[in-house]
Amino acid sequence: MAIERSGSKLFKFYLPLVMYLVFLLFPFYWMVNTVFKSDKELYDMSLNPFYIHHPTVHNIVRLFTETIFLRWMANTFFVAILATLISLAASLLAAYAIQRLRFKTSGPTGVAIFLAYLIPQTILFIPLASIIFKLKLWDSLWALVLTYPTFLVPFCTWLLMGYFKSIPKEMEECAMIDGASRIRIFWKIILPLCLPGVLSAGIFCFTLSWNEYLYALAFISSSAKKTVPIGLVTELVRGDIYHWGSLMAGALCASVPVALVYSFFVEQYVAGMTGALKE
Amino acid sequence: MAEVRLENVCKHYDKVVAVDNFNLSIQDKEFVVLVGPSGCGKTTTLRMIAGLETITSGRIFIGDRLINDLPAKERNIAMVFQNYALYPHMTVRDNIAFSLEMRKRPKEEIEQRVREAADILGIEHLLDRKPKQLSGGQRQRVAVGRAIVRKPEVFLFDEPLSNLDAKLRVQTRLELKKLHERLATTAVYVTHDQVEAMTMGDRIVVMKDGLIQQVGSPMELYNTPANRFVAGFIGSPAMNFFEAELAGGTDGLCLQSGEVRLDLLPEQCRRLERYGRKRILVGIRPEDFRPCERHEQGQTISGEVEVVEPVGNETYVNFRAGELNLIAAVGRKTIVQAHTRMVLQPAMEHLHLFDIDSGKSISK
Ligand SMILES: Nc1ncnc2c1ncn2[C@@H]1O[C@H](COP(=O)(O)OP(=O)(O)OP(=O)(O)O)[C@@H](O)[C@H]1O
Ligand SMILES: [Mg+2]
Repeated sequence: MAIERSGSKLFKFYLPLVMYLVFLLFPFYWMVNTVFKSDKELYDMSLNPFYIHHPTVHNIVRLFTETIFLRWMANTFFVAILATLISLAASLLAAYAIQRLRFKTSGPTGVAIFLAYLIPQTILFIPLASIIFKLKLWDSLWALVLTYPTFLVPFCTWLLMGYFKSIPKEMEECAMIDGASRIRIFWKIILPLCLPGVLSAGIFCFTLSWNEYLYALAFISSSAKKTVPIGLVTELVRGDIYHWGSLMAGALCASVPVALVYSFFVEQYVAGMTGALKE
Repeated sequence: MAEVRLENVCKHYDKVVAVDNFNLSIQDKEFVVLVGPSGCGKTTTLRMIAGLETITSGRIFIGDRLINDLPAKERNIAMVFQNYALYPHMTVRDNIAFSLEMRKRPKEEIEQRVREAADILGIEHLLDRKPKQLSGGQRQRVAVGRAIVRKPEVFLFDEPLSNLDAKLRVQTRLELKKLHERLATTAVYVTHDQVEAMTMGDRIVVMKDGLIQQVGSPMELYNTPANRFVAGFIGSPAMNFFEAELAGGTDGLCLQSGEVRLDLLPEQCRRLERYGRKRILVGIRPEDFRPCERHEQGQTISGEVEVVEPVGNETYVNFRAGELNLIAAVGRKTIVQAHTRMVLQPAMEHLHLFDIDSGKSISK
């Protein structure tokens, strides 16, 4: 960064940054705020809503005792991790093949995969539902594991294609002369060099699967097989009664794993998204 | 230890003919340089030998083996790429060892051969670094190290010096030449730099538009270029060309171009009489001019100096004689002033004569 006068940096850089941070973090603050309030305090309009007057853990206790929240968490983990692994494996191979094997229809195949990404979920879930039904996977976590890749694979494939493109062809050719097979080259040269790309694709898959709502709502009905987003909304909103405190407690607990994943890999993620492969 | 033979090799990309009917037999231990302007098919030829590009037609042999359909890894060649293609995530040691590891050599042997290669190239102290922690010249050495460690039958180099600065390039080309002598392995070297080609090659192949123009030792190419293209490509500054009319001179024939007249040597006259045509293309190398005191029609060229370019060991003089713009290289002791008249005598025995239409040499 070039040297600038500190005063101008304060106004041009830190002030907007702080404002943006406040804007971004306010919903989280509100969430935490709600979790530790009793219902009575929550609905009392005469109190200052930005401040917790009588902190309570009642909402959290209710979340863990009156619902099978931990079970939902486990389900979500199971689905998100498996869907991520399947999508990564498929898109790594697809992207490599399209980018490097250069078969006759590699260009159109790439475009076709991208077009699949443009079909809205709200349309796609109807035919998918019928397929899931035929496969007898209705109300099973495997229904989600198998349907999430339909929107994860296209995006990851394109992300990784960009990555593979940035690796000089000569590097592979040199490895080929050195006596490595395609698979070896893929493992020993391509994959290590694309690690930031693979990681960001993985994080992307994981968060999207973690937060997915529509397919989970459509394909799952029994309580024990719900994922967190569905479980919370279907079981903590009873009729027109919103259990705000417990809802927010669930949302808070559910966002912790995602936040952890992000904070571990944030550097690779940024590098991956900007496609920066430095030698 | 192997010879390489290319027979009628062609490469077409759809409509583009990248290499056309390439015939060349490379001796064992020979250092052959492919040289030519950009896009003439040098890299393509090299890649066909390496097995990175399919061959449209023709045959390539290494030793007695026909290798047309052999995958790259079974050809027992090593290639140094223009951008070095080092594996950025591996240390120098792992980079050099990679090909041996792929061939499942025992650990001790790998270790020993890597050390040996590093020793030859003087990069032992860099073995634990990553490529991005190296300078351009060091990377180039690592790339060479990766090639020599396997002791292949043939080395292929694709412009390995083009990313180095001028001084380092001169030094490295000398080292590569020494290395070749030491390892005594057949080498094919691609460059677009004629100085590199002249200094390094046992034999040089000059290419243009996918066609071989001439094959020969550096001095053969310099002294007896087969056509106008080779004559203009080899040598720096480039040869002077001008068209001239054949006329009757004092005794025998002379060349007439505007006010410039040059009497031909008896032997040249005989050949041109047999050739029969009236207009020819004349080539004179800048270094074949000698400054003179007095102008003598038929022997010397008198012209006005336009630009003087001293480069240290010699001086390039751009001068104008009638319609002709010529360049002469004279010794550094000759004092030349711009915008004065100067008399230069060409060495007639080194005159190059070409057919105007085909550009083919008619000197021999
Ligand atoms: N993959 C390709 N597809 C189509 N045409 C190609 C391909 N590779 C090379 N060519 C063409 O073949 C011709 C020879 O290319 P080549 O790379 O061998 O040239 P070169 O002599 O190595 O040039 P340079 O000195 O610029 O490296 C060029 O006209 C080029 O446009
Ligand atoms: Mg080239």
